[in-house]
Amino acid sequence: MTRLALLPLIFALPLQAGEIWVTNEKDDTVSVIDTATLTVTKTYPTGERPRGITFSKDFKRVYICASDSDTVQVMDPDTGEILHDLPSGEDPEQFVLAPDDRHLFIANEDDAVTTVVDTQTRQVVAQINVGIEPEGMAISPDGKIAITTSETTNMAHWIDTSTHSLFANTLVDSRPRHAEFTADAAQLWVSSEIGGTLTVFRTADQSEIGKVRFEIPGVNQDLIQPVGFRFTPDGKTAFVALGPANHVAVVNAETLAVEDYILVGRRVWHLAFSPDFSQLFTTNGVSGDVTVIDVADRAAVTTIKVGRFPWGAAMRP
Amino acid sequence: MSWLIALRAILHREALRFLGQRGRLVAALVRPLVWLFVFAAGFRAALGLSIIPPYQTYITYETYILPGLCGMICLFNGMQSSLSLVYDREMGSMRLLLTAPLPRWWLLLSKLAAGMLVSLLQVALFLGIAALWGLRAPAIGYLAVLPAAGLAGLMLGAMGLMLSSLIRQLENFAGVMNFVIFPMFFLSSALYPIWKMREANPALARLCEVNPFTHAVELIRFALYGQLNLPALGWTVLATALFSAAAVWGYDPARGVQNRRA
Repeated sequence: MTRLALLPLIFALPLQAGEIWVTNEKDDTVSVIDTATLTVTKTYPTGERPRGITFSKDFKRVYICASDSDTVQVMDPDTGEILHDLPSGEDPEQFVLAPDDRHLFIANEDDAVTTVVDTQTRQVVAQINVGIEPEGMAISPDGKIAITTSETTNMAHWIDTSTHSLFANTLVDSRPRHAEFTADAAQLWVSSEIGGTLTVFRTADQSEIGKVRFEIPGVNQDLIQPVGFRFTPDGKTAFVALGPANHVAVVNAETLAVEDYILVGRRVWHLAFSPDFSQLFTTNGVSGDVTVIDVADRAAVTTIKVGRFPWGAAMRP
Repeated sequence: MSWLIALRAILHREALRFLGQRGRLVAALVRPLVWLFVFAAGFRAALGLSIIPPYQTYITYETYILPGLCGMICLFNGMQSSLSLVYDREMGSMRLLLTAPLPRWWLLLSKLAAGMLVSLLQVALFLGIAALWGLRAPAIGYLAVLPAAGLAGLMLGAMGLMLSSLIRQLENFAGVMNFVIFPMFFLSSALYPIWKMREANPALARLCEVNPFTHAVELIRFALYGQLNLPALGWTVLATALFSAAAVWGYDPARGVQNRRA
């Protein structure tokens, strides 16, 4: 079949090429997607059940939570070689790299602790007791506050990174999965998978500002389970993955109103922007693929097959 | 010159007939719109259909049936326009037309062209309304869909002509609905992908695959996304040629079915 449509597509390609790294939970691999050609260019083996993934600031190292191997792996992104493992505590699921590019804050789902690891000395610096089944991790842009959300306690735990102690706990809706500070650090957003909401807190006094609720015509409310989300660089819009609702919601970050729903693959977990923020990549767990969203058009462009049960996503320019 | 006069006269008559029957335009648009807004909503496939070409990502059910409903417009209009010849024959106006000193195939072709233009107009209006509803295709698709829908219109019009040469009375239109239009529409990829049909019943899926209407719909579907489906084009052209030849044969006074029955 002749693809007459290919010609305009070539001109529409983003100027700034990059890569999206996706962890495949069931395949124990990472898939590397080229953002210019929208194809999988490389697949590297990892430890068991890779989930959270993030790059060092210079993009020379990639950290991967290998949950069932009970370790955080450090990979050379140019060769796919595992350089070494980091002590992580049991069952690391998500983590966040501090702005100092050195300390990893890791949620240990089975142990109800948050582990702080120094990536240079490869030593555990601290273990902080949090609620049951910690999962979501966030750190404020100035590095002073770390957040752990606990799935069963239904709380966001506020950690003072200088003392490694909790200074506040705030209740959110059922099963919080992901947390993120806004770029100006003024707000903390937390997604609640079973509650089906996002809770927005004021960072200064940890008070609740509001909630984002979702409703998709023709989709049962039980299926709307917000998980991962990302803010656009201007801070005006948030894209929220809605799990088995198979949609990504576009939320106005100022009014907290949902402006759009974009159809993606089955059970969408996490998201990553392309380097120029023109495209958004979603990991669709059950359908085993990644949907590419045109950010300006707010429309799905294409879907790329990756490994089984893709989970985390991270961008590398 | 006289050929063009005949073509113009037939086009003019079809236009008059179309404009004279406002209800027909409304009915022609309401039918696919009801399918789009009521039937597709009832299906509740809001969670997306799996990816098959030409789609590159997950689509809603409304998006899937849009090209099928364009095919439906061509199907109903092709039948209606061609079967109006039965009425013409009953009223005697066809005798005047067929006594024109021109080859009969030219007169039939002119009739086909007129019907096709009406189909295209309806398809364009339908796609316009769907776009307002938020069901949009790439810009290039709206250009490419016109020749595709035009060819589908010709094929279905030719099939209608062939049938009209066999039918003696307009009352038989109900029979045509039951035995031609509905089976053709439901045994096609207009409402569901063939792979889904194959899961339910492989024999029915085979019928869908040989149904020329399936190929017309797939031609429209790919065109709407700026792509050319060569096999679908081939089958649609072949079916158009066969139906046209049968229609010319059917209307031939020396050999045609009408002659023998009369």
